[in-house]
Amino acid sequence: MTRRARLTVDPIACDGRGLCAELLPELIRLDDWGFPVITGAEVPAGLHGEVAAAVRLCPRLALHLEPPPPGRAG
Amino acid sequence: MSRDPASSCLAATRPRLLPDEADPGAAAALRGHLARHGARPSCAGGRHHRQRLIGEVEEAGLTGRGGAGFPTAKKLRVLAAGRRAPQVIANGVEGEPASDKDKVLLSRAPHLVIDGAVSAAELTGATEAVIVAHPAACQAVQDAARERRAAGCDQVPVRVLAAADGFTAGEASAVLRWTERGAPVPTGRAPRLGRFGHQPALVQNVETLAHLALIMRHGASWFRSAGTPAEPGTMLVTLLGAVRWPGVYEVEPGVPVSGLLDLAGGTAQPSGALLIGGYFGTWVAAADVLDLPFSAAGLSPLGARPGAGIVGVLPAGACGLAETARLTRYLAGSSAGQCGPCVFGLDAIARELELAAAGGGGDLTRVRRWLRDVTGRGACHHPDGTALMVGSALRAFRDEIGLHSRGRCSGTSGAGVFPVPGPPS
Repeated sequence: MTRRARLTVDPIACDGRGLCAELLPELIRLDDWGFPVITGAEVPAGLHGEVAAAVRLCPRLALHLEPPPPGRAG
Repeated sequence: MSRDPASSCLAATRPRLLPDEADPGAAAALRGHLARHGARPSCAGGRHHRQRLIGEVEEAGLTGRGGAGFPTAKKLRVLAAGRRAPQVIANGVEGEPASDKDKVLLSRAPHLVIDGAVSAAELTGATEAVIVAHPAACQAVQDAARERRAAGCDQVPVRVLAAADGFTAGEASAVLRWTERGAPVPTGRAPRLGRFGHQPALVQNVETLAHLALIMRHGASWFRSAGTPAEPGTMLVTLLGAVRWPGVYEVEPGVPVSGLLDLAGGTAQPSGALLIGGYFGTWVAAADVLDLPFSAAGLSPLGARPGAGIVGVLPAGACGLAETARLTRYLAGSSAGQCGPCVFGLDAIARELELAAAGGGGDLTRVRRWLRDVTGRGACHHPDGTALMVGSALRAFRDEIGLHSRGRCSGTSGAGVFPVPGPPS
């Protein structure tokens, strides 16, 4: 299995502006209080541009794309 | 009916950490401590020597006694191998209101805790050992530290700091933040990793360090001669609620839950349910749990864990749903206030539970969805732990919830059972 970059939210920085869920409905929904829930942490290859934009545009800089964890070979 | 904690230090076997019942104050002073345990063997020395001693901790199978149960040797090894000298933080914050074990240990055996902190500092090459003590126990630790300085006991500087108030103040990253910046809030970062501009830290519960002090004296096989092969050693437990003598007891993991309650003189009234593991723990029906061993393995069929060793007994006359609503309101109010899902989610969950408890409805289907929604969404485990407790209550008190939906309640007393501090004034 190839390891993919993972989308994460810094819950302390996030204050629920909700822009990320508008830009990336495929991977993020909002909970009942307007805070993002990552529904698909592993970013599919076709969405890299949209993800990069969402990370860049978060007004709280709370959305992060974590590099793939160092996987064991094989 | 409450006894002074000092007089309730009974144990199934001869206590290791707590002083003998006959003379509970004996080990608080350095002379009594040395008479009982002997001098602390130095753990300083070359890398090879320190690695060997950490190997002894690993063989002992010591795990963290703050609730998470992480293997102590793993943390020691990471920090000992690190490039930067860490600091050691003995976590005696005990923000959980149901727990008393750390306060009792710090008051009755402060030197054993300091021994452990200094040993951990030597094993990891740390620059300092900081003991963060609950305000109720801080004076005893300060006295002990002063006595040791006068006697020239320790090569590593020992600092004593009074802990901040509040449930989340005891979370490991919050303790580190408190020692560094004077703000007791979780940061979501593992203390042992350190960060740019920050010293890495070993944060260990004070009971864990007291065990470490004894392992350095007596070795791994001595430590393993108590407890079970999977969960060796003794552990401190706090028994509260409807038991005759609430207090702190030192026991071996694996003792039946009923035997545990017998230590506290048995239940004062017929019990309906037990809260195992504290406010982040699991509600279980008394009949289901009394015959099980009090250990992680023994309690796992019920999805419960000993956690920080807390067993609360709900008397049969109390309403479990009302008690759950009360504890959830306290936990919601104890959020550090940093993460949205914790701030808003726990408040919403508490509100629905309060409505259900009052017989005015309360949408528990929504609560179940919210429990899933808040889990894993904070910088610390405050929402997760609260969700675990509430989820277990929805299962354990299913009959009670049914009664409430028909406007009835089995409780005969409206009073709360477990301690819930008021909001800070």
